[in-house]
Order: sequence, then structure tokens, then C-alpha cells
Amino acid sequence: MDWVTTLGQLINTTLVFSTALIFAALGGIFSERSGVTNLGLEGFMMFGAFASAVGTYYAEEAGMGAASPWIGMIAALVLGVITSLIHAVASITFKADQTISGIVINFLAAGATLYLVKLIFDGNGETPLLTEVFNKVSIPGLSKIPIIGEGLFHNYPTTYIAIILVFVGYYVLFKTPFGLRLRAVGEHPSAADTAGINVNRMRYIGVMISGGLAALGGATVTLTTTSTFAHNTISGQGYIAIAAMIFGKWNPLGAFGAAAFFGLSQAVRTYVTLFDWSKDIPQEFIYMLPYLLTIIVLVAAVGRSAAPSALGQPYDPSKR
Amino acid sequence: MNKILKVFSGSTLISLVAILLGLIVGAIVMLAGGYDPFLAYQSLFSQVFGNTYDFGETLREVTPLILTGFAFAFAARTGLFNIGGEGQFIIGMTAATVIGIKVHGLPVYIHAPLAVIAGGLFGGLWAAIVGYLKAKRGVNEVITSIMLNWIALYLANFIVRHFLLMEGKQRSENILPTASISFSWLSGLMNNARIHWGMLIAVLCAFFFYYFMWKTKQGYELRAVGNNPNAAQYAGMNVGRNVVKAMFISGIFAGLAGAFQILGVFQYQSVMSGSPGTGFDGIAVGLIGMNNPFGILLGAFLFGTLTYGSAGMSFGAGVPPELIRIVIGSIIFFIAAQGIVRWVIKPFYFKRKKEKVL
Repeated sequence: MDWVTTLGQLINTTLVFSTALIFAALGGIFSERSGVTNLGLEGFMMFGAFASAVGTYYAEEAGMGAASPWIGMIAALVLGVITSLIHAVASITFKADQTISGIVINFLAAGATLYLVKLIFDGNGETPLLTEVFNKVSIPGLSKIPIIGEGLFHNYPTTYIAIILVFVGYYVLFKTPFGLRLRAVGEHPSAADTAGINVNRMRYIGVMISGGLAALGGATVTLTTTSTFAHNTISGQGYIAIAAMIFGKWNPLGAFGAAAFFGLSQAVRTYVTLFDWSKDIPQEFIYMLPYLLTIIVLVAAVGRSAAPSALGQPYDPSKR
Repeated sequence: MNKILKVFSGSTLISLVAILLGLIVGAIVMLAGGYDPFLAYQSLFSQVFGNTYDFGETLREVTPLILTGFAFAFAARTGLFNIGGEGQFIIGMTAATVIGIKVHGLPVYIHAPLAVIAGGLFGGLWAAIVGYLKAKRGVNEVITSIMLNWIALYLANFIVRHFLLMEGKQRSENILPTASISFSWLSGLMNNARIHWGMLIAVLCAFFFYYFMWKTKQGYELRAVGNNPNAAQYAGMNVGRNVVKAMFISGIFAGLAGAFQILGVFQYQSVMSGSPGTGFDGIAVGLIGMNNPFGILLGAFLFGTLTYGSAGMSFGAGVPPELIRIVIGSIIFFIAAQGIVRWVIKPFYFKRKKEKVL
């Protein structure tokens, strides 16, 4: 196999594995920048993966053809935003411990999605295999460029959307008044309150964006990788997205880099067996690599984290 | 009067009401799905308490949850969020398996304790890595524990696959009989339910937890660091050392849980395709027990009963057993968002107050 093709395919696989993480990490950033810890990303991804599978299935049944996975995406977005309200009500309105509230989301998602799947599909533990899922789209012209063409411009539509959202997210957070307000309530809620910003409303918006984006991330797993929803469809990716968010210092561009790093180390697994020099490495060590590297990088370079300063603290105006 | 007020505003009442509300949410979800909640809960409890075998198996289910619950709570008391119980559990399992298979020629009263100690010790050391990195480098403990959970999973699989594998199977050889901690006498009484000595040790750990945390100087320091690290530092306490110590002890609990599962229940270790989940369940148990050792004993019993009984609910009333996760999630939700519970019990609370005055 010539290395040009291999490299192109490696970049491509990396992006496939990164897409869901990009969505979810981006979601996490919106919540945490507003000051609400979100350990529930895993749960929101599950809700999204579930909703997209069910939504796409019924759209297929209704004869919507190639539009079906888009219906699935919308279903995921809606369910993600709705379920994010559980986290928002508990942690913002009732000032519950935000970490715990996030864990609750993961518990509820694990239970509710499978309960509903069994209810809807006659006791089966997974949804039927979807036929209408996303296919890779080549961008005319650009996809002919060596390496990069194969790597970047022959991808799932969801991957393009994720990458565009990274830049939109960056712009919104750092270049718009809305982003300034969102970050203000996460850094110094009482000052933001004094300046006339409705702290709790901004936080609700942050959490809802978070739930919606993470659910879209879950949907991409169903609609590009597995074509079905089962109990192990997400299995820990939400936690990796949290790591990507922290690793990327709560910045969309940084999180994109971190997600790509995790995607790359997952993609490498497939290629490592192809070469003489690498095929004797026990696969367990290759699986371990991304997690080990994350710890090493954190210890060596990143050091103390740059979390929003009011992260995890409910806002109480009387303590101003 | 004051006593009554204290009991009824106390956390015990809130936990009980939260559990009740959680069961009600479960019932509503069952009704919405077209099931009979009364029949379901009835089958759940008859699954657990119906015969001695099932009751023994429920206790078997409860034992590791007690310990992973302690692992979460012990760290939480020091202000640390130990989401790594899962990895510490796996490392404890693996250490116990290695000792159980590879060490020969020891009598049972040395071999079994040795395997238990190895499980606890390695679980503790695994957690201490998190504490060390937090203390020395300021690395967020949540992210390192998540990473170490995955590393533990793959490391365990590597060890089982390369050193302990039973030929042609995706599991290790059985541990030697001398390493087993089965409680054969009690097990025999309970129709061979997999009851083991770990249950007793888990209960003893509750007393250790309580004594260490509230009756010793070291426990006082840990709690001081948890309440306000700056004040603790100012008072001359070594915050970093306390963080490492708290994580170490926390990890010992999770490691013991893993060791007991191997030495008392399964007698071998499988190559795992995913995390077993017991460490994560421990977080829920810790939260239900409000990070109090005796609360956790009850929380683990509740969690174990619901989980083991969910199979009966499925046979008896056709309800998917996953419903129980919704119930447990709701219970934690109500415990976390106490404002909701207070609002629910407020009317009763005032009525009581008035009766007393009259």
C-alpha cells in the first residue's frame, strides 16, 4: 500500500472518529463557560444516539428516503435540548450539586433509552438496522488533491458540520455580545448580574446548547458508524469528550485539536497491524496510548487547568 | 419539639422521601409504558426476598457496591471527586487474580488474605497516582481518573491475555482453591448462593471509615482539607499529602471490591470488552448514602436490591429491567435537588408543627 493513500485514509478515519467528540466537547464548552459543570455529556450523547435511531427508523418507514437521517438528527437535537432541562432545573434553579446532576443524567439516559427501545421494538435490546444512514460526500474538485483530498474532502456531512460548528462556536463565544455574556456569568456571575445580565437565563441557554450539541454527537455515532442504537453505542465517549474539553482549555479550537488527537489514536489502531515493525505490539498497549498520552501531556505541558472561575457554583444573588 | 424538628428537617427524612419519589417516578414511567407498577414492584421484592438463594445472591450483589460507595465517599469527604473507582476496581480484581493463580503452596489462611491485601493495595496505589498528580502538578482529578479507568481496563486485559489465559477461552484460569474466600457454611445454608467473607469485611470497613474520618487526627485533617483547603494550609496542614492519602485509602476500598468479586464470586477473570460499571455504580451509592458510611450500607442495600430484583420485575410483569436505572437516577436527582423534596414535604411538615403547638 502506498503511503499517500494510507496517509489520506488515516486523516479520513481520524475525522470519522473525532466527529462525535467534537460535537459533544463543543457542547460541554457552552455549558461550562456559563458556569455549569456538565458531567452528563455521556447521557446526552446516549439520548441523541437513541433519538436519531428512532427518528430515522420512522422516517424510513414513512418513505422519506435519503432525508431520513436528517430527521434523525433533528430528533436528536430536540431530545437533547429537552433532557438538558433536567440538568438545568436541578443545578440552576434548585442549586443542586452540578456534578451529581450530571451523573443523574447519565443514569437516566442509560435507563430511559433502553427502556424505550424495548418498549417500542417489542422487547428487543437494540433498534433495527437502519438502511438510510449518512454516506460520505466528496466535494467536487477539492477531493482530487492528493492526501488532503482523500483526508478532508471526502467525508460524512456530519463531519463537515462539526468542523464548521467549531469555528462558529469560537466566533460566538469570543466575538459576539452573547458569548461575552455567557463567559461573564461563568467567570463572575455577580458582576454580570450587576451589569444587567440575567445569570440564570444565560446558564439555561448554555446548558440547553450543550445538551443539543452532545445529542448531535451521539446521533453521528448511530448515523455514520453503527447504524443502530444499543446499550454499548456510546460507551464512554461522553467522558472522553469531557477530557477533550478540559484538554482543549474550554476553547472550541483547542477542543477540536484534542478531539482530533483522540480520533487519531483510535484510527491508528487499524493501521498499526499493517506494518512489519508495529504488528507485534500488543493491541492493549495501542488502545491505552491515547489515555496515557493525555496524562503525560497534561502533566508535562498544560499544568493547572484554566476552568471558568465560577464553574460548579450555583449563583446566589443574596451572597453578592 | 426541637427533637422532632431536627428529625424532620434532617437528611434522613429527605433521603426517605427521595426514595419514595423515585419509586413513584418509576411507577409513572411504567404506567406510561402500559405496565402494572404494583405487580412490578411486588415481583421485584419477591425476587429478592422470595427464597434464601436469591436473598444470598442479593447480598452478593450488595457487597462490592458498599465498597465502591466508600471509595467515592471517602474521597468526596476530602473534596475530591473520585470518578476512578472503576479503574481501581479493575486493578484490584487483576492483582487478586494474579496472586490467586500464580502463588502456589500457601495454606488458605495466608493465601486468601494475601490476595485480598494485594487487591486493596494495588487499587489504592492506582488511585494514589491521581492524588499525586493533583497534589504535585495540579492536574484535575476527574480527567486523570477517567483516563486511568481506560488504562486499567486494557492493562487488565493484557495481563489476563498474556499471563493467565485458559487455553482457547477469553478468560483466566481458575484461582487456586486456597485463594478462595467463599463462605461455604453460609453459602450451604443459602442453597449455594455465592456468599463470601468480603461481605463481613465490607461492613467492618464502615466502622473503619467512621472511626478514621471522625475520631482520628488524620481524619480531621482530611475533612479540613475537604472543607477549605486554604484554611487547612494556613493551619499548617500539608494539603498535598492529605490529597494523596485520601485517594490512596479511597482506592483501597475499590480495590477490595474488585478482589472480592474474583476471590469470592467468579473465581476467574474474563477479558473484558468494556468496563464492568461497579465503580460508577459506587458513585450513585455514595450519593444515595450522602457520603456517610452507614448511609452507604443502606444505599448499597437499596441499590443492590433494586438491581437484583429488576430481573424478577421483568419476569413477573414484563417490565424491562432498565427501568430500575430510571428509578435510581430519580432518587439521586431528588437527593441532589433537595429543594424539590423540601417543597414536597413542606405541607406535612407545617401540619405536624401546628399539631404540636396545639
